[in-house]
Amino acid sequence: MSGLLQASAYESWILHALIWLPLLGILGVLASSEERAKHFAFAWTSGLFVLSLGLLWAFDPAGPLFQFTSDAPWIELWGVGYSLGIDGISLFMILLTTFIMPVAILGAYRYIGEKRRAFYALMLLLQTGIVGVFASMDLFLFYIFFELTLVPMYFIVGVWGGERRVYAAVKFFLYTALGSLLMLVGILYLYIQAQAGGAPPSFHYLELLGTPLTLGEQLWLFAAFALAFAIKVPLFPFHTWLPDAHVEAPTPGSVVLAAVLLKLGAYGFIRFVLPFFPDAATHPTVVMVMLVLGVVGIIYAAWVAAVQPDAKKLVAYTSVAHMGFVVLGIFALTLNGLQGGLLVMISHGISTGALFLLLGMLYERRHTRLIEDFGGLARVAPLLATAFVITALATIGVPGTSGFVGEFLALLGTWERHPIIALVGTTGVIFAAYYMLPMVQKILFNELDREENRTMPDLSGREIAVLAPLVALMVLLGVFPTPVLDRMEPGARAVVEYVEETTRDGSLLEAARLDRVDTQSRFVHDSGRHELLISPDPTWSLSDRSGAFRIPDDHILRDEG
Amino acid sequence: MTLDFASNADYLWVLLPEIVLSVWAMVVLLAGVRRPDDPPVNPEVLGWLSLVGIALAAGVNGWLYGVTSTNPAAMITVDGFRLFSNWIFLLGAALTILIAPAYVARQRLQAGEFYTLILLATVGMMFMGGTRNLILLFLALETMSIAAYVLTAYNRRDRRSAEGGLKYFLLGSFSSGFLLYGIALVWGATGSVHLPEIGATVEAGAGFTGLLLAGMALLAIGFAFKVAAVPFHMWTPDVYEGAPSPATAFMAAAVKAASFVAFVRVFMEAFPALYESWYPIMWWLAAFTMVIANVVALSQSNVKRMLAYSSVAHGGYLLVALAAANQMAMAGLLFYLLVYTVMTVGAFGVLMVVAHHGEDRLQVEDYAGFGAMRPLLAVLFTIFLLSLAGFPGTAGFMAKIYLLQGAVDSQLWTLSILLVLTTVVSYYYYLRVAWFMWMRPAPEGQVAASFWAPLPLKVALVAGAGIILYLGIFPGGLLDEAMASAEGLGLARDVFLGLRP
Repeated sequence: MSGLLQASAYESWILHALIWLPLLGILGVLASSEERAKHFAFAWTSGLFVLSLGLLWAFDPAGPLFQFTSDAPWIELWGVGYSLGIDGISLFMILLTTFIMPVAILGAYRYIGEKRRAFYALMLLLQTGIVGVFASMDLFLFYIFFELTLVPMYFIVGVWGGERRVYAAVKFFLYTALGSLLMLVGILYLYIQAQAGGAPPSFHYLELLGTPLTLGEQLWLFAAFALAFAIKVPLFPFHTWLPDAHVEAPTPGSVVLAAVLLKLGAYGFIRFVLPFFPDAATHPTVVMVMLVLGVVGIIYAAWVAAVQPDAKKLVAYTSVAHMGFVVLGIFALTLNGLQGGLLVMISHGISTGALFLLLGMLYERRHTRLIEDFGGLARVAPLLATAFVITALATIGVPGTSGFVGEFLALLGTWERHPIIALVGTTGVIFAAYYMLPMVQKILFNELDREENRTMPDLSGREIAVLAPLVALMVLLGVFPTPVLDRMEPGARAVVEYVEETTRDGSLLEAARLDRVDTQSRFVHDSGRHELLISPDPTWSLSDRSGAFRIPDDHILRDEG
Repeated sequence: MTLDFASNADYLWVLLPEIVLSVWAMVVLLAGVRRPDDPPVNPEVLGWLSLVGIALAAGVNGWLYGVTSTNPAAMITVDGFRLFSNWIFLLGAALTILIAPAYVARQRLQAGEFYTLILLATVGMMFMGGTRNLILLFLALETMSIAAYVLTAYNRRDRRSAEGGLKYFLLGSFSSGFLLYGIALVWGATGSVHLPEIGATVEAGAGFTGLLLAGMALLAIGFAFKVAAVPFHMWTPDVYEGAPSPATAFMAAAVKAASFVAFVRVFMEAFPALYESWYPIMWWLAAFTMVIANVVALSQSNVKRMLAYSSVAHGGYLLVALAAANQMAMAGLLFYLLVYTVMTVGAFGVLMVVAHHGEDRLQVEDYAGFGAMRPLLAVLFTIFLLSLAGFPGTAGFMAKIYLLQGAVDSQLWTLSILLVLTTVVSYYYYLRVAWFMWMRPAPEGQVAASFWAPLPLKVALVAGAGIILYLGIFPGGLLDEAMASAEGLGLARDVFLGLRP
């Protein structure tokens, strides 16, 4: 396998291919007929998934932090580069994306009845945007992809959605755009600050990393970035757009939204917020606020979910609760917590995606989403019921399913630092059972008291093909998460250790001023860039490029004033 | 070629684009003349003929890059700022002429005169961008404005058009009065109408300060009227709504661009030393314009009027560049004006297709089902709207980033955040058109055939969308060009940071 990958120079083209081939696929979708468009889109995204599987082998957990890196100038005047690269964290986010896309498309075969070509073209555009976000090493590029995901989603919700689709689409768009535009100002501020020492302009992640900032600056920038990502996550109380968007979106839209789009927010926290603003992110008040919001999200969303008559809305609220666990894991600032949060992200992607698909299948059969309209389905549709139960258990986080490992690690990580928060968070797991199990009971068991439900067909072959891989992954990740954890560990460890070291004795600014730590090389201590650091050719040395650390005193004075 | 303006014949060379275009305007005028009982000339033919003139002028403008002027006292410059803004005006005129047949032919208007007026207005704009003399600037401004007044009132049979023309004429003359008064006071204070000389006098601290400040304030008011900055924007919605749509596109795009170019030239060349005094004016104008225009645009159900307010809002973003006043901001302003011209004319082009005969379909509801009936036109409109909103992937985004960079460079944090927040507001009203287009079914009886799009209009829209997308993805070359063109116009960073309280 690895021989084949090496022979085809897999490393050098795979990320570009995963970003741009979906765009190319749009042409194919537009060229095919309304009937065939879905087949083409499914085949195309499945092909991309197979291509992306090679990443699992090609990515070396013992190798450099960022792999598959490439750099090309794009807008030289501003120092914007077309720079790509992934670490273990983005690796699994990309795999999750390429995996969910064909599943969502196959699941939508019957749901999407009109304007199919346009729909699948937008799905492919969405894939370009999402993979681009996870693969970008340049903040400008990242921002463009981050925003690019909004347009297709806006149209997917707005054109193919339910009753209140326009309201939901506009709310989704404005809410997320507000956050990300403020982050844009933050990015520009960071970019200007990084040039203060006379460094050439650059938006490259590693160049901006370690930019000396006072605590005050960090807090403001933290707010700007965190708002964007908190809305995306969504963190309580910025979550109100999510239930609307989820309920109104067509099934594949909900699946992608839950499985991948929400992860952009959490990914942003891990990739940018923590390493860029370590002093702010470790500030006790900030940590407490984030943790409390996470916990409140977990419990509040669970309570609200428990009383929803609409099954889709119920699942939408479970997303808020799960993402609360992710935030807990991240802001525990421990390796376990971070790994747990990442695993929750993946398992939530799979299980919630499956739940939305199942509800979509029920909706196609009965044209209702109200829990009370169902009952006793286990007798007429045993396959569907089996899949539903396994998915529900994974959502709750029962041991042996993917949900358990992640939530356990996230809570364990939180316990190490903040036992009380972890204790309160743990009740969220109980509440999860409190909202999931009654729904399962009411839909699948109880009396088969409705005439329409007696003739409900069980899963078709296509639907089995959609659900089987999801269910298999839920179990697989539940009993054997090591391959995932192993590959994620270096990335997660780098973030946690970097934050610890830059804040251990004094602030990032202090550390940089005294030249005690070369913050960038700390972050990439085991990466390819580190080798560049000690290479004999001085023009390529990183420390040479990190002129930002030689801060003139007047600069610091101005910051204080 | 090097010119020292020792003989006045040198002006013939340096003014060659303007001369070519003026002559060609006469050619178009004559070509459009027929006896009353003869059938009128096909407007499309006249349109293509006008384009030839614009292409010639553009060619000469390109040739001017090889010309250097060694005499700073000359009334006309050949700096990059002038040549770049000439591209903007010519592009705006060309796109306007391409979209115009859809309206001119439908309303049975005299095409020849219409195009001639556009060409003559463009000549006025080119003078505005090229002159360093306040008197000449005033003449150029009037040349442009009078053509624009006539264009506004051009549809004589339409009461809205006549009303708009009269309003525009009265308020335009009023603002010209301010400008002229300002010029007179500045002349009184410094004894010169030549921008570099005024700049030198001001820098040296000579001249009567009170008189100078009063003159500068009057100039600022005059220009604020011309660029429709809040609170001097009151004329805009009515005039833009009443004018024939191609004329509105031309005014919203090129006329505004010319006013901005002159605004920048005067304040950057004559009053850089007074930055401390005029910076708060620009700051407040920008803030008011961005906030009020965007908020008012929210409540417009008439798309033409919405685009009018949107054009005011874009003026607000551009004023941020004036407040920032560094080279990056000036380059951003040039780039923004070019992009803005393309997307505005493009948006008005689609608006004309939907507006139908007699412009009776201007409400946002009239766009329902447009996406299903004319998907390609709707896709183009969506691209223009996204670009106007400043969305990534379009040139509008790059332009906004350029302005933001300029603002951030000058540490104008409040204005940057206002710019960003008002952009979010603008998303709402731009997207509203998109949602009517794509997410609402067409009303009963509406048929695709009622959306008439002649060939030149399609050419303009496709070319415009192509430019928007290309610059949205590969802006590098033009960004560098804009940066080089703004050479020498921005204040040095430490100068203004020191100047500003």
